[in-house]
Amino acid sequence: MTPQASDAGRLDSKAPGGPIETRWDRHRFDMKLVNPANKRKFHVLVVGTGLAGASAAASLAELGYRVSVFCIQDSPRRAHSIAAQGGINAAKNYPNDGDSIYRLFYDTIKGGDFRARESNVYRLAQVSNNIIDQCAAQGVPFAREYGGHLSNRSFGGAQVSRTFYARGQTGQQLLLGAYSAMMRQVGLGKIKMFPRREMLDLVKVEGVARGIVCRNLVTGEYERYAGDAVVLATGGYGNVFYLSTNAKACNVTASWRAHKHGAFFANPCYTQIHPTCIPVSGDHQSKLTLMSESLRNDGRVWVPLEKGDTRKPNDIPEEERDYYLERRYPAFGNLVPRDVASRAAKERCDAGYGVGATGFAVYLDFRDAIARDGEDAIRARYGNLFQMYERITGEDPYRVPMRIYPASHYTMGGLWVDYNLESTIPGLFVLGEANFSDHGANRLGASALMQGLADGYFVIPYTIGGHFNARALPAVSTDAPQFQASETMARERTDKLLAVGGKRSINSFHRALGEIVWNKCGMARNEQGLTSAIEDIRALRAEFWENVRVPGDGGYLNQSLEHAGRVADFLEFAELLVSDALDRTESCGGHFREESQTEEGEAARKDDEFSYVAAWEFQGVGEKAKLHKEELTFEYVKPSQRSYK
Amino acid sequence: MSAGSGHDTMRITLKIWRQAGPDAKGGMVTYTLDTVSPDMSFLEMLDVLNEELLAKGEEPVAFEHDCREGICGACSLVVDGIPHGPQSETTVCQLHMRHYADGATIHIEPWRANAFPIVRDLIVDRSAFDRIIAAGGFVSVATGAPQDANATPIGGEIAELAMDAAACIGCGACVAACPNASAMLFTAAKVSHLALLPQGKVERERRALAMVGAMDAEGFGNCTNHFECMGACPKGISVENIARMNREYLRATLVSRDLG
Ligand SMILES: Cc1cc2nc3c(=O)[nH]c(=O)nc-3n(C[C@H](O)[C@H](O)[C@H](O)COP(=O)(O)OP(=O)(O)OC[C@H]3O[C@@H](n4cnc5c(N)ncnc54)[C@H](O)[C@@H]3O)c2cc1C
Ligand code: FES
Repeated sequence: MTPQASDAGRLDSKAPGGPIETRWDRHRFDMKLVNPANKRKFHVLVVGTGLAGASAAASLAELGYRVSVFCIQDSPRRAHSIAAQGGINAAKNYPNDGDSIYRLFYDTIKGGDFRARESNVYRLAQVSNNIIDQCAAQGVPFAREYGGHLSNRSFGGAQVSRTFYARGQTGQQLLLGAYSAMMRQVGLGKIKMFPRREMLDLVKVEGVARGIVCRNLVTGEYERYAGDAVVLATGGYGNVFYLSTNAKACNVTASWRAHKHGAFFANPCYTQIHPTCIPVSGDHQSKLTLMSESLRNDGRVWVPLEKGDTRKPNDIPEEERDYYLERRYPAFGNLVPRDVASRAAKERCDAGYGVGATGFAVYLDFRDAIARDGEDAIRARYGNLFQMYERITGEDPYRVPMRIYPASHYTMGGLWVDYNLESTIPGLFVLGEANFSDHGANRLGASALMQGLADGYFVIPYTIGGHFNARALPAVSTDAPQFQASETMARERTDKLLAVGGKRSINSFHRALGEIVWNKCGMARNEQGLTSAIEDIRALRAEFWENVRVPGDGGYLNQSLEHAGRVADFLEFAELLVSDALDRTESCGGHFREESQTEEGEAARKDDEFSYVAAWEFQGVGEKAKLHKEELTFEYVKPSQRSYK
Repeated sequence: MSAGSGHDTMRITLKIWRQAGPDAKGGMVTYTLDTVSPDMSFLEMLDVLNEELLAKGEEPVAFEHDCREGICGACSLVVDGIPHGPQSETTVCQLHMRHYADGATIHIEPWRANAFPIVRDLIVDRSAFDRIIAAGGFVSVATGAPQDANATPIGGEIAELAMDAAACIGCGACVAACPNASAMLFTAAKVSHLALLPQGKVERERRALAMVGAMDAEGFGNCTNHFECMGACPKGISVENIARMNREYLRATLVSRDLG
């Protein structure tokens, strides 16, 4: 395959051609190796300690590179990855149910609605098996069968059981595995760990990423770090919606600052709204809690057949229930991909069939599974999720069906990277949810953990060598004017935030932004809504800089100031997200343009016009970014209208 | 504690530890909230307080939080004398206000331990935990090509026990609950998790000695079998793990003498 970057030179995906099965092998062979004695000379700055960052940091240090690692939380173990519940995919085919690397590749390309790069996805499927081996070797306590072998479960968008899990805490266990590997290197002196640091700018020297500027969140001081490569593993931007399943600290700041320095932002409009979250209960709501997709293995989704039926769910007889996913998608039933399940829930609720106090909820019912397998079996599978539900809602899901509604969960868009995971800024690599690769317009369940660890354990350790071999990297000092300029920019922005002295709280701005994006650029989007959203965002941003109130000063741990900085960046970034959605007049995956649907209301892609990655180049805040297209070619999986019927 | 108050909103009085910095003098400050909804989480109730403080031009209360769903281990409040508050096996971020009666008074303080110095208000420095892990809380396997994951079967029961121990979220409630501010439960959970699994057995002696050594060096207290830690642990980590670690430690001392 030849990457047909429409603007040649700048958007070269560097994806190798030839048979897809051997592309990664050949690519690795073609890359020159960095000699072990030289590795010590290179210093890598890794920002982020989620699955992607921690696995990268550990692996690079094991190879002999000098590594410095940064994260916002007080401990690297608390990165947002810790919250992942359901599982991680791999093509092991242990259950002998017909899985293979090719099938995982195929499902991921199809699940992504033919908007991902084939070469990357194939590599992801290939290394998926190594990930499971690596994690088992670290002592990750995966669920096992009585005979001692690993257990699998099914996830949406697949008809095989390929998901490995550790109760409902898979992310926690995988992250603790990567964290412990990283801490081992900290103990050995190979990694320097800098927690409670927020990266506020990227530093480029002669066009190459050579450092970062951070704010020490405890002392408020600005710190400069120089290195030979910068790895961003700073996660996704789902909190642009304010209410989301993401941890509170998730943000777009690091990616956005890199974007301002020339890193293209790809497909920002591809956001994932997860179908099974606990619905909003009031204005005080600060986040939404996911109920893992794995629940759809045993739970059946339904609403009353009758509009506005106010009976208690258990009083509604079987024949008066509409199991709308099973009705509309008999082949996949409750296990359709997320985008499909979310839209179907929205459709029922918009049509007046929703349940609960707000009417924006549907039932997820375990009655039949409990009758079939017994309560103990269900408890063993999902006990902690049921408990979590009970704590939040005060209702017992063993007796009463759960009420669920879609919520912002994951972002497929991210900084554009080539096959080496290098951005359009040389020496700046982007891993995990922060990059755009692999999931196209919709991510399948249990594939984010797989991708984060693939990037960190098995891709970056090879591809970063290409950068060190290819470029002369003269020593840089943190006294260089580029560092000075970055620090000045970061300081001035903080000072400006503190100086506004307005009346309105940071949280209220964040909430207002979330409402705009959710209502006009959420599960369904149209031209009129998107156009007005851009105006709304601009007006809100203007008000923010005139009327926000940020208490205290910058010289100590000031959580309000941290939040204000992140909201300020979201207010700039949201405009790019909406513009991208406006520009893409087709529907695909999580991006549903009402103007582009089939007669049955399914997403209608327009491959002739839109089979490309939209990579945006920053032109200034409030200026329309410049579009660069990376054309996608499909040699193996021929694009077809997705069907889960 | 009553389950739900019957009122739409509740009046809650809060007495909260405020401390401007590590060396500043701290003290309890009283606040009153009139519009607490029973559906709010405990942290959302603090959000409301902070919005009110902000509107009055006062500094919000600093408290640690991130996932708000009981898994990251960030939240760390002593509520009415109990780490994470009154509901068992529940982090404070998962606690909901429906468990309080209208008119209740609630005391909120930070974790208290020498090894966890206060940073600001309700936030403490728990980096000592990371250093304990760095000393030995891992299997020394580099990224590469280990054997197939199914090559070493692990009995379901052992895997479950290991998972029970591995469920620790590193919040430090065990330390906050212990009269001696000991970190035994935290350390034991990791030692146990790895000692139970074949992958972790190879380094078990080195690990037990190194982690216990690091724990002592950080200034945590001794374990004198009060077992308050288990009651406070939001993940229900059992003190059996402490017994297991003691055994591991003893074994390690003997083995290292044999080898030495
Ligand atoms: C509730 C929930 C459940 C999920 N369940 C699953 C699942 O079952 N299976 C699955 O495959 N996926 C799941 N996902 C998705 C998956 O968890 C995430 O996509 C993935 O963990 C992201 O990992 P990451 O390493 O890219 O980033 P993160 O884990 O988000 O880590 C980001 C890191 O970057 C740091 N950081 C961010 N900005 C800065 C900055 N400016 N300066 C310094 N540091 C910074 C943070 O401190 C953190 O360390 C779930 C997601 C959620 C929200
Ligand atoms: S905020 Fe994550 S455990 Fe409470």
